[in-house]
Amino acid sequence: MKSRRPHRCGSIALALGVAAITASAWAADPPKIDLSGGDAAKGKELAMDRSKGNCIACHMIPGGESPGSIGPALIAMQARYPSKEALAAQIWDATVKNPDAVMPPFGKHEILNHEEFVNVVEYIWSL
Amino acid sequence: MKKTIATLAIAGMACALASPLVFAGPQEDQEAFQAFFTERFPKVPMDDFKNGSYAIDPVGRENWEAIEEFPPYETAVDNGKEMWDTPFANGKTYKDCFPDGPAIGDKFPHWDKDRGMVVTLPLAINECREANGEKPLAYLKGPIADLLAYIGMESRGQITNVVIPEDDPRALAAYEKGKQIYFARRGQFNFSCASCHMGNSGSTLRTEVLSPALGHTTHWPVYRSKWGEMGTLHRRYKGCMEQVRSKAYEPQGEEFRDLEFFMTYMNNGQELNGPGARK
Repeated sequence: MKSRRPHRCGSIALALGVAAITASAWAADPPKIDLSGGDAAKGKELAMDRSKGNCIACHMIPGGESPGSIGPALIAMQARYPSKEALAAQIWDATVKNPDAVMPPFGKHEILNHEEFVNVVEYIWSL
Repeated sequence: MKKTIATLAIAGMACALASPLVFAGPQEDQEAFQAFFTERFPKVPMDDFKNGSYAIDPVGRENWEAIEEFPPYETAVDNGKEMWDTPFANGKTYKDCFPDGPAIGDKFPHWDKDRGMVVTLPLAINECREANGEKPLAYLKGPIADLLAYIGMESRGQITNVVIPEDDPRALAAYEKGKQIYFARRGQFNFSCASCHMGNSGSTLRTEVLSPALGHTTHWPVYRSKWGEMGTLHRRYKGCMEQVRSKAYEPQGEEFRDLEFFMTYMNNGQELNGPGARK
């Protein structure tokens, strides 16, 4: 599958008054994915792997080493998300809920393939 | 019906006159940009931002100050001085191209009205070489970084002062293009420069402290421990873009020169302190 590299402008510091050009076509809802059969142990490896999910780069994760501090800690996930599908949507493309989110669109931009995505969702859901 | 149209027309006019400007000018941009960082890092003195993440990371600063006792860029500065002092095959020298040199750091980048483009120091160096029958130097590392290190060292203490001439709309257009590049999301990771260096400056990516964009243009070229050698600003631009899995623009091409123009303008008032040592 050809991976797309879209470019778009996002507004960052409102103080700068830079106009945000958000094309709604980019903020597409995730496709219906079968989230069953995810392997949380494999998901954990992906979460810590710099070339894959690399979730630890920005998020504190219990059991992870040297986390970054850009995103919220990944704990109490089932209290924070009403369903695994909702969490999957966030990992698919966080800019749907918040156009200014810096979190990469792991699903939409095919950073993780289907199997990896399902495994990561399974792992993060368990935190 | 007529009354409705009239009411609507008046309302429309009132709206048009009352609506604020969507785009601020460069001066307002720059004030907002610098205020963003002084508010985000109230304990950092204005003259410390030029030290990058070492202005906000005490452990990193300690290591950096230890490294600066035996600066890793010293050899580059010496090599650069030799380059500056050595005549070209035709007998001319860099001083013939840059009479005010070698302390010319604060003259770049600048808008060239005749050619309608942003001119950076590395570009000007190669234009000097080619005008004197010499081969141009590669832009990312190697001899150009040595010469830039020497010029940088001689230019320490100068104050960043990029001017966008008001009588040439193309200069403003180049600035705006650079600004667009800075704020545009790119790459598979969908990051803009601002994603890390504005809104997340001071946060950590794993254990790396993200440096604030204020101070980013003062200290080039840089001996980067990760590279084990010197590198130029456009080398870092290239690396950053490839790190977010984006295709980088050409070193010293129009996009990177416009980006440098915008970023350096944002840093107006900052003291030059190149060459630098970084992790």
